[in-house]
Parts: sequence; C-alpha cells; structure tokens
Amino acid sequence: MSSTAQELIPPEAREPARARPTKSGRVRRLSGRDKVVLALMVGIPTLIELALVWLPTLMSVGLSFTRWNGLDLADIRSAGADNYQFIAQDYPPFWPAVQHNMLWLLFLALIATPLGLLLAVLLDQNIRGSKIYQSIFFAPVMLSLALIGIIWQLFYQRDNGLLNFLLGTAGTPQAVDWFGDSSVNIWAALVAATWRHAGYVMLLYLAGLKGVDPSLKEAAAIDGANAAQTFFRVVFPAMRPINIVIVVITIIESLRAFDVVYVINRGTNGLEMLSALVIQNLVGEGQVIGVGSALAVVLLVISLVPIVFYLSRTFGKENQA
Amino acid sequence: MSIAATRPARHDASTHARAGSRPKRHYGTHIFLVVMAVMWLVPLGWSLFTALRPVASTNEHGYFSVAGDFNFDNFIQAWTQGGFATYFWNSVIITVPAVLLTLFLASLMAFAVSRVNWKFNIALLIMFTAGNLLPPQVLAAPLFEMAKHLEVPYSFSDSGNLLNTYIVVIAIHVAFQMGFCTFVLSNYMKALSADLTEAALVDGAGIWRQYREIIMPLCRPAFAALGTLEVIFIYNDYFWPLLFIQSGNRLPITTAINNLQGQFLSNYNLLAAGAVITVIPTLVIYLLLQRQFVAGLTLGSSKG
Repeated sequence: MSSTAQELIPPEAREPARARPTKSGRVRRLSGRDKVVLALMVGIPTLIELALVWLPTLMSVGLSFTRWNGLDLADIRSAGADNYQFIAQDYPPFWPAVQHNMLWLLFLALIATPLGLLLAVLLDQNIRGSKIYQSIFFAPVMLSLALIGIIWQLFYQRDNGLLNFLLGTAGTPQAVDWFGDSSVNIWAALVAATWRHAGYVMLLYLAGLKGVDPSLKEAAAIDGANAAQTFFRVVFPAMRPINIVIVVITIIESLRAFDVVYVINRGTNGLEMLSALVIQNLVGEGQVIGVGSALAVVLLVISLVPIVFYLSRTFGKENQA
Repeated sequence: MSIAATRPARHDASTHARAGSRPKRHYGTHIFLVVMAVMWLVPLGWSLFTALRPVASTNEHGYFSVAGDFNFDNFIQAWTQGGFATYFWNSVIITVPAVLLTLFLASLMAFAVSRVNWKFNIALLIMFTAGNLLPPQVLAAPLFEMAKHLEVPYSFSDSGNLLNTYIVVIAIHVAFQMGFCTFVLSNYMKALSADLTEAALVDGAGIWRQYREIIMPLCRPAFAALGTLEVIFIYNDYFWPLLFIQSGNRLPITTAINNLQGQFLSNYNLLAAGAVITVIPTLVIYLLLQRQFVAGLTLGSSKG
C-alpha cells in the first residue's frame, strides 16, 4: 500500500493562513445544538480511530509480554520479556528479517529513489514525448504490490520465464529460479519493488520541480553556475519539503514491505521480512500470539522513528505559526 | 547524473546562443529513456502476451514463440471458471462503502479541526496522521483476535464471529484511511477563507449548515482527487482481506489472485489472464481520472 506520507495541501493554500481575529468570539457564539453537532463530528471518527487503530496498537504491546495460543481468552499467561528474548536468541528467521528490511531500505534509498529523481529531472525538460514516458513509468504505481509479485513471477520463472529466455539459460541446468533460489530472490524482489517505487518518486519530484521558482535557476545561471551546480546547490535544496516526504515514504515503504514477499513464498527461504514474520506467527497451525506481537512491537518501535520525524516536521511549524 | 543535470531553459530566447551544444545531449536522454521505458513495459507486456495465447499453443510451440493462436479464451475462462466475476464483485462490495464512509467521516473530522478553533485540534490531527503511517502488521494480531472473539448472531455471520465478514474489512479500511483523508481535507479546508463561514454565522447558520452548504461544495476538487486515490488504495489492498477473510469465494480480487497460483498450477496463461483482468479496473480509472489521481498524490506536496 502506498498510502504513506503524501503530504497534501491545496494549491490555494500556499499563502500563509491569515490570522482570524474572531476565533475566540466564534466559539462563544456556538449554540447548544452546534456543540452537540461538533461533538458528534469529532467524536465518531475519533472513536473509530481509537478503537481500530490505537487500541490494537497498545494491545500488541500488551500481548507481546504474554504467552497465548489465541484460543481462549482465559489462557493468556504473563511471560515477562521471554518473547523478546526468544526472537533475539532462538528464532532463526529474526536476524535475517532485520537484515532484509535494512537491505530493502538501502536499495530503495540508494537505487530506486535516485532513479525516480533522475527520471523526474529528465522528464521535466521540454523533451518530446515527456507525457508518454511519464505514463509508462507511472503505470506500475497503479498496481498492487501483490499483483506485481504475480507479474514478475511470470517474468522470473525458471522454465518458462522471459528472463531466463533472454539470458539464454531457459531449459538448461543453468536456469535460475529467480524467486525460488534463496541466494538471489531478495534481489529479484527488490527489482520488482523498484519498478513501482521509482515511478512514485518520479511523480512526486515532477510536482516538486514544477514548484521550484524559475528565477532561482536564472539567478544561479547568471552567477555562472553550470547545470550540475544549479541542480545540486539550488534546485535540490529548494525541494526540501518534498525531499522530507520522500525520505519518510522510502523508510515506511521498506518497513511495510509485505505483499511482494508474501505472494512469492509467504516470506520464507531467503525472503524473511519483519512484517511477514508477524503474520506467520498469527496464522497457521501453531499460533504464538505473544511472539507475533513481540515482532510487531519491534516493527512499531522502528516505525516510530520516521513517523515522529515526519510529524515534528509537519506539525512543529504549525504550532509556531 | 550528468545527463540529469542538463536542464535547458525552455522557450527562452536568450539561451539560443548556447542551444547549439544542447540538442546533442538530448539524444543521450532519449536513448536512456527509451531503454528504461522498454524495460518498464516488458513485465506487463509479457503478461499480456502470455495471457492472449491459449495454453495449447504454448505447449506446442513453447512460451518463447509467436506461433499459434491468439485469442481471449484465457480471459473468458478466468472470468467464468476461475471465479473472477465473484472476486470482482467482492472487491466492489468492499471498496465502494469503504471509500464513501472514509470520505464522509474524514470530512466531518477535518471540518471540526480546521474550521473551529479549540485546543485539541493539533493533537487530534497528529493522532489521525500517525495512525495512517503505522505498518498494518503492527495492529494485525489484536484486530484478528478481536474479530475472532466478538460473537455475533449466526444470522449475521455464518462464522458466529466477525471473521469472514465484509463488515470488518470495510471498518478497518475506514479506520486506517481516515487518518490520511482527514489530514488532506483539513489542510484543504484551512485554506478556504474564514470569511465564508463568518458570513454564514452572521446569517444564523449553524455548524451543520456551514459544513453542508458552504464547505462541502467547495471541497469537491479535493474529494475527486481523494476519492480516486482511495478507490485505488482499497481495491489494491492485499493485507486486510488476507487477515480476516478465510473462505476463498469471499475474497476481493487483489487477494484472490494469490490463490490462483496454486489453482492454475503450471497454467501460466490463465494466471497471466487473471493478472491482466485485475489490472484493468485500475488502468481504466487511471486513464479516465488521471488528473484526479495525480492531483491526489501530489496536491501541494511542496508544503513547507
């Protein structure tokens, strides 16, 4: 899912909000009926948000300190920090999963995101067919990651996949099962994820580049800056707000990486990811809710870093204003 | 990056003097873009190519050939025998109410936090925005257990609890997407002039009338963009139905295609046709509502 940090505000809103002198007066003028209406307007969404998002989050933390098979509520037993000790010391897929999440982040940050930026910069020029290129690079963003897993499966298969045919290895013993071979499948999955991520980054940067004041570039050119200097010293820093959004999206996408690996092999055999391990412990035969929750809490704690960073950037300014 | 950094000023007469050296570099750009575009299209093209060929042709001539028939038989078979008609309908049942409810509730919340001033506004907005950024797997265990242990009459759900119902999937989509929509809509509403509702207040309009008759109509562009985006997000969601829905014939299409890998074992043509069918609705929306979709993703991401 890509519903991460697209920071949105209508174009009309770019001018700073004007002070409203009548603010306090307005509140006082609310009638009794208005107060009831407002209470419902705030109350119903807040209740849903608390009950279905924040309460479960807290319950995950609580369950991570228990031992439970998920059957009878009366069977929940306190387990102290045992689950955490177990995943760190005795749960073989845990450290590979942490490594794979890191690798996912590095690959998106160092390859997919710069590729998206490169495409945006190239397409922002007045070149012929720019719209067609944009549509092509953007198309995978419309697809679900689950579907991307299937489409690339057709491309990567050992015997009938296009890639092995293009490499001339189809049907020979050298043919690689790109999604099945645990030494390469994480890279194959990363290429598939890049296919989508780069288009998304391209789109955001295209919007960002259009928002950069052209006079900045002209001023840099007059000062004798070459194209590279203009871009890296003037244009790129001017896109700071977009850069922040993209940093946050990249980190959060790499923590959320789930669909692709789960579609391929449920996140096993070379494709262990934290999110997939959470689910493996919840479904299937041996339900170990405590262990799954401990993994979820690890994921939560790591996620809080980009979330807090993003929120302080977004709402910190608003408080000062 | 050196190609990237070449940014000729557009439509600028004063740069014509330097134009001589620039078009050359454009060839490099075009070659790079064409190569990338071809690489981008190959996986989709290969799926479509495979889907259009009957399995008999590929068995006879191999997958890497152009010989044999091309027709829509795989699509017809996937739609009728593969259950795609059912899956597609399930997607509609989940997506339509979820998007409408999300937009409605988010607009209420956004109105309250952006048009009425009280001290918890920012705290509430932070809570909503942060909720949307959490990885869904963090909440999976408690939500699954809540749905499993909440008993409902069998007339309501044949499992006796909320597992395997559309309600629970819709509810969680609403809760999860509401944060994002509230954030976007509140920014949009904040930008509307305060005088609008002031004038209405003077006329004696209550809060509900301000919301209904003044703010809502002005937010139409934001609703169009967000609605398009949310339809795609929810249609494309794989995880929540995977968690809550166990009987295969109730799955929405995005989650169901995964089952086909087992079901259509080694009939890659049929699997490819299923994949292409799943893509079609998003592509239609993209082609028809491209502007709304792109606007939804980028609306003022240049906020400072």
